[in-house]
Amino acid sequence: MEPFITVRSLGAPLPLKDVDTDMIIPAQFLTSTSREGFGEHLFVRLRASDPSFFMNQDRYRGAQVLITDSNFGCGSSREHAVWALRSAGIRVVIAPSFADIFASNSGKNGLLLVRLDRDTTNALLRECTEGEVVLTVDLERQVVVAHDGREWQFPCDPYLKHCLLNGLDDMDFLRSRLPDIRATKARLQEYSFFSIGTPNR
Amino acid sequence: MAKNIIEKIWDSHVVTANAETSTPDILVIDLMLMHEVTSAQAFTLLKERSIPLFDKTRVVATLDHAIPTRRNRFEILDDSARAQVETLRRFCKEFDVTLFDFDSGYQGIVHVIGPELGITQPGMTIVCGDSHTSTHGAFGALAFGIGTSEVGHVLATGALLQHKPKTMRVRFDGMMKPGVSAKDAILKLIAEIGISGANGHVIEYCGSAVRAMTMEERMTICNMSIECGARGGLISPDDVTIAYIKNRLYAPKDSDWERAEAHWRSLSSDEAASYDREVAIDVTDLTPMVTWGTNPEQAMPISGLVPVVANLPSTHRAVAEQALAYTKLKEGQPMRGVSIQWAFIGSCTNGRIEDLRVAAGVMKGRSVHPNVTLYVVPGSEAVAAQAEREGLREIFESAGAHFRMPGCSMCLGMNDDKVPAGQRCVSTSNRNFIGRQGEGSITHLASPATVAASAVAGCITAYEE
Repeated sequence: MEPFITVRSLGAPLPLKDVDTDMIIPAQFLTSTSREGFGEHLFVRLRASDPSFFMNQDRYRGAQVLITDSNFGCGSSREHAVWALRSAGIRVVIAPSFADIFASNSGKNGLLLVRLDRDTTNALLRECTEGEVVLTVDLERQVVVAHDGREWQFPCDPYLKHCLLNGLDDMDFLRSRLPDIRATKARLQEYSFFSIGTPNR
Repeated sequence: MAKNIIEKIWDSHVVTANAETSTPDILVIDLMLMHEVTSAQAFTLLKERSIPLFDKTRVVATLDHAIPTRRNRFEILDDSARAQVETLRRFCKEFDVTLFDFDSGYQGIVHVIGPELGITQPGMTIVCGDSHTSTHGAFGALAFGIGTSEVGHVLATGALLQHKPKTMRVRFDGMMKPGVSAKDAILKLIAEIGISGANGHVIEYCGSAVRAMTMEERMTICNMSIECGARGGLISPDDVTIAYIKNRLYAPKDSDWERAEAHWRSLSSDEAASYDREVAIDVTDLTPMVTWGTNPEQAMPISGLVPVVANLPSTHRAVAEQALAYTKLKEGQPMRGVSIQWAFIGSCTNGRIEDLRVAAGVMKGRSVHPNVTLYVVPGSEAVAAQAEREGLREIFESAGAHFRMPGCSMCLGMNDDKVPAGQRCVSTSNRNFIGRQGEGSITHLASPATVAASAVAGCITAYEE
């Protein structure tokens, strides 16, 4: 995974709450067996129906920071939603809250989710819609800095921060703990009444 | 210390050795279910890194999301859907993973086949690359949806990194009136706490109404936990749970059964257990529910009037306006009587035999309205076969419904079964997001009885005896 270095970008506004993963990428585009190419279908319905949508405005081209409302990424567990955002160049999403599975998928693909309070995100949404706001997202310091010097601290799980900064995923960590995992499995064996290899006919 | 069932399962499955405080818990996973849409990339991950499969006896695959539900479903016309199915078959062969393929007798929606095979058992940790994995929680299992990267982690290590969830207890008390179902109860909860109301939590459902429910009804409740943001939802096992599992294909037998039963009963939440949050809903006066908008919290009694936007909390108004523009409903109009063109009975929410029995009971001796196309899609080959044996298929077909082959079908608009643009469908599925059942389609979520009654009437209506 690509390490997360400080991102400096124009903020792109998506002033909607409860943006679901069907909205981020509809199911008909999920019939691929790779992780590539989902970016071209990102927010396809909003692009088709809403001229004010940020992806339909040249001035937001190349934006890497998306600002939106609460509960972003609710609904389906499709990791394709994160792949689509990443492959369209989005590195950071700023919102008051995120859906659980989406948040978990984001961390595994180098997409940083920044939780800021609603008043701040509302103000940023307005400023990004009316004018230009350049934001610097510094994960090391856990701050978002606006071009005019305003600064907002954001929370980040220490383990996730370590993974993002170093471009690590969970696989190596989990594999390094395989002996412990096996020991726990052995302990649980007494209460395990199922094995697919041997149907209890 | 008193523990609830969520804590009991979590604590027993956590790998404790060497845990660092800043790191999430390592949670051992007992079973992973796979389907064609979110699995290929995970197997590819293993191959790219030359990682072997950790334990093939804890992985089960089937085909459900992208497949056609026509009679001759072996012919998959969509090239990429066919590639997904063939890729899953190839990987299952290569890694020696059990795949319940077409005509195995057990193919079906992952969340329908797990329980009916007796694979889903109390106390287990169960994951799948699908957010409705919470369905298995009906058996007192800790079951939740994961992304494809995590599917890869489980394939490689039999474990996942997870933060311990907060716990929420939802009590459904009282006796539901005839014609009111588990679907109405869960829609009521989602409407009450909102689609992010349980974010960060796993829900335990309890109360007299839950105890009185069959396993099928409990699965409907747990299935939709994710629609209020909860990753999982479960119910402590009891006699109903144990009777359902007994004698199923993968259920323990003989002396194992007795040990299993004793263990399962010990999992129930301790009386003094505490929760981070509590919600109570009395279902005595509950009436059939239906959604009016474009997310599952936008639900209301069928007998009611579409909400007036100005009367909603200010944070909900923009979403409500957008929803009403999409669903082409007017503020204050009655929900009952809104014309429909499509009706769908099926999905992991309501595609089980009991759902089909309820719907057939409503349809018997009646006909689908001439303006309506009704799809009845059994959740599995086993459900289809049983529906045939019980004469339910005959009832549906005589009424003019289409009785299809098992799969996710019209729930998610990623296979051949789609609601055409601009048309309105009343559906037993779980999501009414914009375009969920096909580009431009309008979805109203409801119970099997409501969908059957509406298909007959040609408009949204509740079933009345």
